[in-house]
Amino acid sequence: MTAMLKVENLEASYGELRVLRGISFEVEEGGVTTLLGANGAGKTTTLRALCGMVRRSGTIELEGRDISRTATEDIVRVGVAHIPEGRGTFTTLTTEENLHLGAMARPNNRDEIEADIQKAFDFFPRLRERRNQQAGTLSGGEQQMLAIARALMLRPKLMLLDEPSFGLAPLITKQIFDILGELNRDTGASMLLVEQNASLALGLADQAYLIETGEIVMSGEAAAIREDESIRAAYLGY
Amino acid sequence: MELFLQQVVSGIATGAIYACMALSVVMIYQAIHHLNFAQGEMAMFSTYIAWQTMVWGMPWYVAFPIAIAISFVGGFAVERVVFKPIQNAPVLSHIVIFIALFSIFNSLAGFIWDFTIKNVASPFGEGPFMGSTLLGKHQAGMIIVTILMLVALWAFFAFTRVGLAMRAAAANPESARLVGIRVATMTALGWGMAAGIGAVAGILIAPVVFLEPNMMLSILLYGFAGAVLGGLTNPLGAVIGGFIVGIVENLAGTYLGEVGAELKLSIALVLIIIVLVVKPEGILGRKIVQRV
Repeated sequence: MTAMLKVENLEASYGELRVLRGISFEVEEGGVTTLLGANGAGKTTTLRALCGMVRRSGTIELEGRDISRTATEDIVRVGVAHIPEGRGTFTTLTTEENLHLGAMARPNNRDEIEADIQKAFDFFPRLRERRNQQAGTLSGGEQQMLAIARALMLRPKLMLLDEPSFGLAPLITKQIFDILGELNRDTGASMLLVEQNASLALGLADQAYLIETGEIVMSGEAAAIREDESIRAAYLGY
Repeated sequence: MELFLQQVVSGIATGAIYACMALSVVMIYQAIHHLNFAQGEMAMFSTYIAWQTMVWGMPWYVAFPIAIAISFVGGFAVERVVFKPIQNAPVLSHIVIFIALFSIFNSLAGFIWDFTIKNVASPFGEGPFMGSTLLGKHQAGMIIVTILMLVALWAFFAFTRVGLAMRAAAANPESARLVGIRVATMTALGWGMAAGIGAVAGILIAPVVFLEPNMMLSILLYGFAGAVLGGLTNPLGAVIGGFIVGIVENLAGTYLGEVGAELKLSIALVLIIIVLVVKPEGILGRKIVQRV
């Protein structure tokens, strides 16, 4: 397997505060990698650093191409869709407009974009019902679906997912994770998943890394990490 | 009744100008969350450019587009040169810069074109509009041009990709960056468009109030009143607010006798205060309601 994303010695800081202290990890092509860790460990910061939303240093390679200096606005143009913390919904715009925005970095081909919107609606029928509704009035689960659909509009190579379970009921969370698994199989998009719900994340991922205070303290196959005694006690609670 | 209708109609005509000013204030407010006090002076300067171009011998249908285009570029440049570097600065820095721009444009206009009042002929001509006793040709022109511009702007924001990108950049800058929108460019575009709309307002009102460096002072106040009344978060509300302020101002000036005529400007300020106390979000502005 070749690496879709290869990160080496990534550091990031908010002003004086160093949040990432040189972490390295990979996402395989077509694979799902998860970053686990407690609140404040640096998971979200890792995703933000990849997209240039915080000051960063280190190597970031996408399919062998250096993207460590790519600006946030251009990160979509190399095929990376970032679903940020809190889903990043354009709450005052309609569902359909949100989807159009997902295709903003693509060439303006009306027919192709319209076809992809229909595909997204086929995948998430709830969104079709709410296409002309203001996105801020959608339920949490629907907004998460919208965020995923918006990311798909890019036809991404790599999706960065920041806590898709955020604020959702367990049943809805389960649904969202099933959808992500399906998308990964169907579209072949690689995924980097940041999660607090370790059990669900390990079920979906094939590789897992554990972050504590800005450093990777453990890594390996998701299945193996799942069986690890210390992980169980600390993150899975059984 | 005749008098009442007359006043309402001419209120709509001046209201059209307030609506333009309110709209340009709101466009910038949406992008940077500050009120641009210099909006009126920028519009005044644009009007001088139009006037100067005509003095140099261009017909109005050449002069006006030139002035509007220069205003657009100028507004874009003001954002790039002055406001982009201080985008994360505290609110007071912004206010200081707004006041600085205000006096720069004001005194620059006085310096170049001096402070004497200049008469500007209406491109629509004098006299009653199609024999009507209710409104004059110029008033009709003000209303028609404003409405055409508003429709064009609405179509731009509703149907074009750039329009959608501008709305997205204002609504959620961080997400907008993540879908590839160049937010800084959109903000500058907003400034350019606001300056262009202001130019239209200044050019349309110049035959009524005469051209001089302080011509837009009270007009911007009415524009602010309209924007606050309709809601700073809603461009449509700002436009409606502008028209309402125009009508109220005219009726008060007619029916409240001396008080109305002398205190016309105070009416705008009283309106601002009432709205802020009773319904701070304005008629059409929204309280931010959101499910998480």
